[in-house]
Amino acid sequence: MAIFSPTEFAKEQVQAVQDYSLLAGRSLSNVFAQPRYIADTLIQADLIGVGSLPIVVLTGFFTGAVLALQTSSTLQQFGSLSLTGKLVSLSMVRELGPVLTGLMVAGRNSSGMASELGSMKVTEQIDAMRAMGVDPSKKLVTPRVIASIVMLFFLTIISNLVGLTGGMMVSYLLLGLDANEYWTTAYQALRFGDVLMGLTKPVMFGFVIASIGCYYGLSAKGGTQGVGRATTQAVVAASVLILVSDFFMTRLLMGFFQY
Amino acid sequence: MSPPQAEEPVIRFENVSIAFDNPVLQAISFQLPRGETKILMGVAGTGKTLILKLALALLKPDAGRITVLGEEITNMQERELFALRRKIGMVFQESALFDSLTVEENVAYRLIEETGRVTEEIHARVLEALRFVELEHTFNLFPAELSGGMRRRVAIARAIITQPEVLLYDSPTGGLDPVTSNTIIELIVKQRDVYHTSSLMVTHRLQDAFTMASHCFDRKLNKMVPVGDGVSVEDMRTRFLLLRDEKIIFEGTATELLRCHDPYIREYLS
Repeated sequence: MAIFSPTEFAKEQVQAVQDYSLLAGRSLSNVFAQPRYIADTLIQADLIGVGSLPIVVLTGFFTGAVLALQTSSTLQQFGSLSLTGKLVSLSMVRELGPVLTGLMVAGRNSSGMASELGSMKVTEQIDAMRAMGVDPSKKLVTPRVIASIVMLFFLTIISNLVGLTGGMMVSYLLLGLDANEYWTTAYQALRFGDVLMGLTKPVMFGFVIASIGCYYGLSAKGGTQGVGRATTQAVVAASVLILVSDFFMTRLLMGFFQY
Repeated sequence: MSPPQAEEPVIRFENVSIAFDNPVLQAISFQLPRGETKILMGVAGTGKTLILKLALALLKPDAGRITVLGEEITNMQERELFALRRKIGMVFQESALFDSLTVEENVAYRLIEETGRVTEEIHARVLEALRFVELEHTFNLFPAELSGGMRRRVAIARAIITQPEVLLYDSPTGGLDPVTSNTIIELIVKQRDVYHTSSLMVTHRLQDAFTMASHCFDRKLNKMVPVGDGVSVEDMRTRFLLLRDEKIIFEGTATELLRCHDPYIREYLS
């Protein structure tokens, strides 16, 4: 008997991609079909959005602060320390705000979704739900996907603002820059395309976080060990997908806005 | 899709096969007539639970046709199945209660899905279903706070609250002590004799299976009593189905099973 069959492995991978695509597609198409679980969506929005606020604020603040600190030494060599605000602003809004917020929320919520849904799967609660005529993709997946997309959008805005504030604190307290100048350069540096790029990404990342978390949860098998495995895989896959999709989205949007 | 005829079986399996790494069921065929209870027996791994999951279309067979309540479910899409599943109640092996919901929310789950909230009417129906399983005092408890037997009874209450046309019981007495098992069997007999619900029941306990075939529910005494006084065991409309090596090796009444001379069946019953 063959220990490893490449054909079987390839089939499993293709099957996994197909299952994920179907689940992801259904999670969005469910929005247009009754019943809509508004209460479940609000509960998830509270868990994902409000629950993630402390870590998003903390990471945003220190990312902005360290960005100002790191860039200041280089900018000083060229006598352009006053551009710190511009650099922090562009980096935070276009890249670091969405990506770091996405990664933080992925670490917190993809794992949470995978473990919650995975536990339900291995204890037959998902089957019980289907047996009672309730569609788990409508009841469990769509509310999480919608809540993740909406809340990540707002969390990214908060993260950007807090990051800029962190950069301002470093610029003002450690670098001796004028706070007013910092905010003016930070604000003037941003073009419409930058803001749009920074706010398109969290929509995609929110979808990735929830759909990946739910997919791994719903495909968990093998008892509690299987739930643990699904949780880990969900965080890894969501984080990698965020970074990969970030590259392609950046390239696409840069082409669109002619950078 | 035409409505089921009165004489049409509620569940019909025709040459159904399914395999995972190895074949589990091969070309099995049987029918569950309306009002009848069929007890599925066999050693572990013979595909008894699988038959229940196939009947609910939680799994699809590799080959064959399955008809439930007059509708062929084999090629139905998942979305189309939800309406049909609402007419069927299932009691899972490990109860499968939603552990983050209270007993009331668990039992009312289907009704809340329809209305979106707990109304006075739903509250009353939950109370009635819990009274049927004699657990009305557990209303606000969570499943983790209940014993194994109580969880099974709540699962039965959840399955019967909408008075489904078919009930599927997956080892409802598995892992329970004899006294609690008897309570569960009494509830199943009560459901069979009071509401005449068609059902498929998987069990490993021969004693439970024969108790069901030889007892009926006395409404006046409000308890299960042995059949007698002109009522034969055949009148209980409870038949047995024994599985072995991917096939059905016996289908018939309790009396026919006891009279069977097949050496494997004799050994199984001993």
